Amino acid sequence: MPRLNAAQRHEVAFTLNGAPARVEVEPRTLLTDALRHGLGMTGTHVGCEHGACGACTITIDGMPARACLTLAVAVEGCDLRTVEGLAPEPGRLGVLQAAFRRHHALQCGFCTAGILMSLDAYLRHRPHATRDDLTDVIGGHLCRCTGYAPIIAAAVEAAALLRGEPTEETPTYA
Amino acid sequence: MKPARFDYLRAASLDEALEALTRHGDEARIVAGGQSLVPMLNMRLTKPALLVDLMRIETLCAPRRENGALVVPAGTRQALLLDRPGLADEVPLLAAALPLVGHVQTRARGTLCGSVAHADPSAEVPLCLVALEGEVHLRSAKRARRVRADDFFVGMMVTDRADDELVEAIALPVRRPGTGYAFAEMARRHGDFAIVACAGVVDGQRMRLAVGGVADRPTARDWPLLDGAALDDALNALAWDLGAGDDLHATARYRRDLVRRLGRRVLEQAAEEARRCQG
Amino acid sequence: MGIEHSRFIGQSVERVEDAALLSGRGRYIDDLGHKPGTLHAAILRSPHAHADILGTDAEAARALPGVVAVLTGHDLADVAGPLVPALRAAVDARAIAVDRVRYVGEPVAVVVAQDRYVAEDGCDLIEVEYRARPAVVDPLAALAEDAPVLHEGVGRNLVSDRAFRYGDPEAAFAQAPHTLSVTVRYPRNTGSPMETYGVVAEYDPSDDSYDLLANFQGPFSIHAVVARALKVPGNRLRLRTPPDSGGSFGVKQGVAPYAVLICAAARKVGRPVKWIEDRMEHLAASVSATNRVTTLTAAFDGEGRIAALDWDQVEDCGATLRAPEPATLYRMHGNMSGAYAIRHVRIRNRVVVTNKTPTGLVRGFGGPQVYYPLERLVQRIAATLGLDPLDVIRRNLIPADAFPYRTATGALYDSGDYQRALGEAVRDGGLDALRRRREAARAEGRLYGIGFTAAVEPSVSNMGYITTVLTAAERAKAGPKNGAQATATITLDPVGSVTVQVASVPQGQGHRTVLAQVVADVFGIPLDQVRVTADLDTAKDAWSIASGNYSSRFAAAVAGVAHQAATRLRDRLALVAAAQINVRADDLVFAGGRVASRTNPDAALPFARVAATSHWSPGLVPDEAGSVIRETAFWTPPELTAPDEGDAVNSSLCHGFIFDFCGVEVDRATGRLVIDRYVSMHDCGRILHPGMVEGQVRGGFAQALGAAVYEELAYGEDGAFLSGTFADYLLPTATEIPDLVVLHVESPSPFTPLGAKGVGEGNCMSTPVCLANAVADALGIDAIDLPLTPAKLAALSARGDEPAPPQGRAAQAHARPGDRTMRGEGEARVAAAPEAVWAMLLDPAVLTSVIPGAHGVRKLSDTHFRADVTLGVGPVKGRYKADITLSDLDPPRAATLSGTVTGALGNGGGSGRITLTPDARGGTRIGYAYEASVGGKVAAVGGRLLDGAARVIIGGFFSALARRAGGEARPGLLRRLLARLGISA
Repeated sequence: MPRLNAAQRHEVAFTLNGAPARVEVEPRTLLTDALRHGLGMTGTHVGCEHGACGACTITIDGMPARACLTLAVAVEGCDLRTVEGLAPEPGRLGVLQAAFRRHHALQCGFCTAGILMSLDAYLRHRPHATRDDLTDVIGGHLCRCTGYAPIIAAAVEAAALLRGEPTEETPTYA
Repeated sequence: MKPARFDYLRAASLDEALEALTRHGDEARIVAGGQSLVPMLNMRLTKPALLVDLMRIETLCAPRRENGALVVPAGTRQALLLDRPGLADEVPLLAAALPLVGHVQTRARGTLCGSVAHADPSAEVPLCLVALEGEVHLRSAKRARRVRADDFFVGMMVTDRADDELVEAIALPVRRPGTGYAFAEMARRHGDFAIVACAGVVDGQRMRLAVGGVADRPTARDWPLLDGAALDDALNALAWDLGAGDDLHATARYRRDLVRRLGRRVLEQAAEEARRCQG
Repeated sequence: MGIEHSRFIGQSVERVEDAALLSGRGRYIDDLGHKPGTLHAAILRSPHAHADILGTDAEAARALPGVVAVLTGHDLADVAGPLVPALRAAVDARAIAVDRVRYVGEPVAVVVAQDRYVAEDGCDLIEVEYRARPAVVDPLAALAEDAPVLHEGVGRNLVSDRAFRYGDPEAAFAQAPHTLSVTVRYPRNTGSPMETYGVVAEYDPSDDSYDLLANFQGPFSIHAVVARALKVPGNRLRLRTPPDSGGSFGVKQGVAPYAVLICAAARKVGRPVKWIEDRMEHLAASVSATNRVTTLTAAFDGEGRIAALDWDQVEDCGATLRAPEPATLYRMHGNMSGAYAIRHVRIRNRVVVTNKTPTGLVRGFGGPQVYYPLERLVQRIAATLGLDPLDVIRRNLIPADAFPYRTATGALYDSGDYQRALGEAVRDGGLDALRRRREAARAEGRLYGIGFTAAVEPSVSNMGYITTVLTAAERAKAGPKNGAQATATITLDPVGSVTVQVASVPQGQGHRTVLAQVVADVFGIPLDQVRVTADLDTAKDAWSIASGNYSSRFAAAVAGVAHQAATRLRDRLALVAAAQINVRADDLVFAGGRVASRTNPDAALPFARVAATSHWSPGLVPDEAGSVIRETAFWTPPELTAPDEGDAVNSSLCHGFIFDFCGVEVDRATGRLVIDRYVSMHDCGRILHPGMVEGQVRGGFAQALGAAVYEELAYGEDGAFLSGTFADYLLPTATEIPDLVVLHVESPSPFTPLGAKGVGEGNCMSTPVCLANAVADALGIDAIDLPLTPAKLAALSARGDEPAPPQGRAAQAHARPGDRTMRGEGEARVAAAPEAVWAMLLDPAVLTSVIPGAHGVRKLSDTHFRADVTLGVGPVKGRYKADITLSDLDPPRAATLSGTVTGALGNGGGSGRITLTPDARGGTRIGYAYEASVGGKVAAVGGRLLDGAARVIIGGFFSALARRAGGEARPGLLRRLLARLGISA
């Protein structure tokens, strides 16, 4: 392919939440900025821009990725999903989202999108994930509000519900 | 925290990437998974003129077996290898160490070769490569060469790679019969770079201990089979030789203590495993 | 007044906030669109802890396409004045440095450009010339006579020194059979919300007004400080907050100076300017909690009953006093005796400035710094007397029949039954089982300990407490300050649905949900019929100085005042309904969406119809009801009086109680702290939403665990900031959080409308010291400071000395903690004679070839050179300006070579003594010994990598010099390294 010039903007095309998307970016534009300010998908949040906090986690071709460590030009042709694509329809929450609400697994909500995307990707690959597996996945994110326990509880319950099992989890505050 | 400007080349073939390196030398940087390089770009610690993206070169994706080694090419992501069926039998040390590399989310993007090329002295993959006496496959437009891991890592983020070369693959020797392998590390939190990491390889004749996080590169020592006070002395000498320093997270003394303790632990574990598979 | 109907209050209803936040529809500051033409700012910050700014060359930055302006402190001085703190010491408290920097990260210039990327490009092109000054980092060192002075206007670093005396402490100490002291150095940490600061500002010259959007959290007393700094009256500073805010924990109070800075920049460029702080800026320069050195002494009897306390606190507020500091030091003033009935207290409070980031609000605000010494002391008293710490705590607790209880220092504790809370915690938390585990572990030689903490958690701050820093005479002159105005506005719209507006500025605490619960219960309507807005607009909404989200004031104050406003409206709606259905107003009950007669349920109206009456049919509204459309209530508790003549102050309205205990084990091999079990008992009065209370406790606990074990905003002795990324400032993750048992008892507060007290900060106060007490118990030690790192615990639990190095090998010199000086030495042998080597040292051409990465050396004098150099290790490469001087010349035998390098990645400095000794063959032995240190960005992000890098670069110089002179440096490794690096000649 031709080399993309540093000072110019270039069109990148990919699939975003199942629909085609195009955005013009410089080679250096981070995927976080392209999604948020180029495409208005502000559900993906920016917390650290060095890959540590996980707030910007999305999925690229089904695998979790820190959008802040991804160049927008690098996702040409990829299949991206963000938190905006999680709910089955507007006004309705998916199983994982609803479990988060039941368990008070979010307070300020800033880290939440990234955690949801990580868990969503993980549970698709590993529906039989254990509590320890899920704790490990959540361990790749920083949340400053909840102390994590309700997030873990929500993830465990959602995993069971997605497997079609009756849940034994009770909300952490009960 | 936004990168400075750079040109970007999504290389379609190895030749295209190598040609760019030949032309631009140390003004160009290779990007694969981006998990080490992009943070440095965002912090503007590094300002290359050109980024060469390897991840669309299909020939660089799939690991393969070759001459008794697992050859992991530049495009293999850590998560892919961790999911490789039978990895624990094939390269047990790597199977033990890979889950400690970053987090699920960074392993989904990060590559093994990227970690080796970055040469952080605390990183797990370079340590495994040194412990296993693996090789680094380097290639430029002009030539290909293979460098022993011990020789590849030169210092803090400094390697034997020339500016026109890329790390095409790493070769990790597969499990040898009658040999035990063990890995242990101490980090402040799960997923952090190790304060001290130790990899032990023990067979019927010798024991090899590689240590990361202390010297300016992963460093290995070979000993005949030692135990008791002789092993203590050997570990103590190594602990002092590595020239540990103080930083925010640990003192030099603590690092030396960990070399002595974790070193003994992994060698004992590896020896135990070696005995098991010999018996 | 209390709660009559509680269908929703007390229930863990699902939060009204969550659906949007879970779907990516939150509206945080960076999610809100901005006006076309808005520019973006990046801030150039000081790499030095203390330096004079000699000059700023921004020509290249200004010339960069896309850059609209580069603004320095001088450029902004006419429109942005200082942010004046309560304590009017002559400290320079500006939003941007003028002529002098006093901490790493202090703003030096603002680049305004078309986008953030270009603005950062601009920052890279600015060259600031600094002259470094000695820095002082330690608060006690800052008090020394010869310490570097930060603010010449004050003349010393001690900016406040006050002594207090309550009861008769001298007599109590004189009569006590025992006294004991602890000295604690409480370190720095911060709340580190996941969302950083953000500001969007615009200036309208036609009426000299600012429109400011910022994710500020309050207190809104700071609005006055910001308006004053911008030199406009309050009504010309319209401050708006976004609907959602990504956490704060106190920290977003600290956005205030940036609000001033960006407002001033917007005024200068004549266009709206937006700034979103990045994480490195946030860690380096947003807000830190204070670090404090405390010596606390107790007088006590043989049973451990404490008669008197003597506090000596030295508070470190960083480089300047940023309003509302020194509030951290005074927030706890009323409850300095904690949960204990101690009648005699002496306090000396000193406030010092040092070359570190200015301090401000951080969750727990002053509590951790007080309870750490207090509860360490209680444990030490028990250990000294051979008593169970639990017995010592019990003997000193305030009796249950003593409430409301006036403390020696002036607080009025509202309610509590500490004995009951402690008893239930011991029973339900399984203390006996923990003791058995300790016994079993110790029998196996393991290091297991149990810690306890009892603490009073203050909430709803008295806005006058900070004036305790002034003398009674100064307070009299300034006029009394007190109270804690809370406000809520409830509006009934033409279809009878209900809107609640508050000035509580939540950052995730679910205020909208709780207010909907409270108001729906008052009106007897479904939850979804109430809509709550909590984004504040100071130009249109009701607010006061106490507005905002801090001091855990929401449940006690804001939910309470919303209840009052709703109740007032309801009582007037009752008059409206009564007139229409011909019953007495006091016969009406609001329930099930209807307003119905208690005695005749058929006489009823839909709530919505009654609520809409004033809009559509004012003629039906009885005169005594007035217009029943909107009600704004203000509430301030009468208990919050100004400090009295004797400096007694009721610093907070509510006082919850916490009793924590935990069992921990220290791994002998690694020093790792393993928390076996942690039990936290809370009494926060009436609980309005159990799920949220649980969330506050668990979240606070996780932050406290971070402060206790993982987190520290660390500085070198030279003031270099060392924890500039999340790789070095370590927040706990899901895998670090232990099992936590949360228990409650409820003692409703008689002073708050709903009986609720605050709950959000308690564990930040109790948990660090509880863990430290457990570690001290495990290791059998007297003194321990935070953080409880594995290296520290390993050192404390080490048995015997370290194994000596093998024979023939010297042990490494042990560095002082905080000393970041890199030292090294080496030698080289060259064929040239000393005279020839000497000449080379003074020759720019030679220096160009031997200084690593030099692009050209200019000779300013025989002994002073300047050069542009490219330095780096691996991919970390940057251009620097080097300034090199030769001194202490002893030709041709010795010279001292000193140099500094400055560049975008940071700065370094060092000096080396070079000795030239002739050898027998006409050659020279070059010996060198150097010391160097590095600061700025490289130090903040690359601490782990620094030492090696500096060694390579410095060694490279001598190695190249030797080679140039025809010899070889040793060790040979160095040469190999340098060859790889390509930085040698």
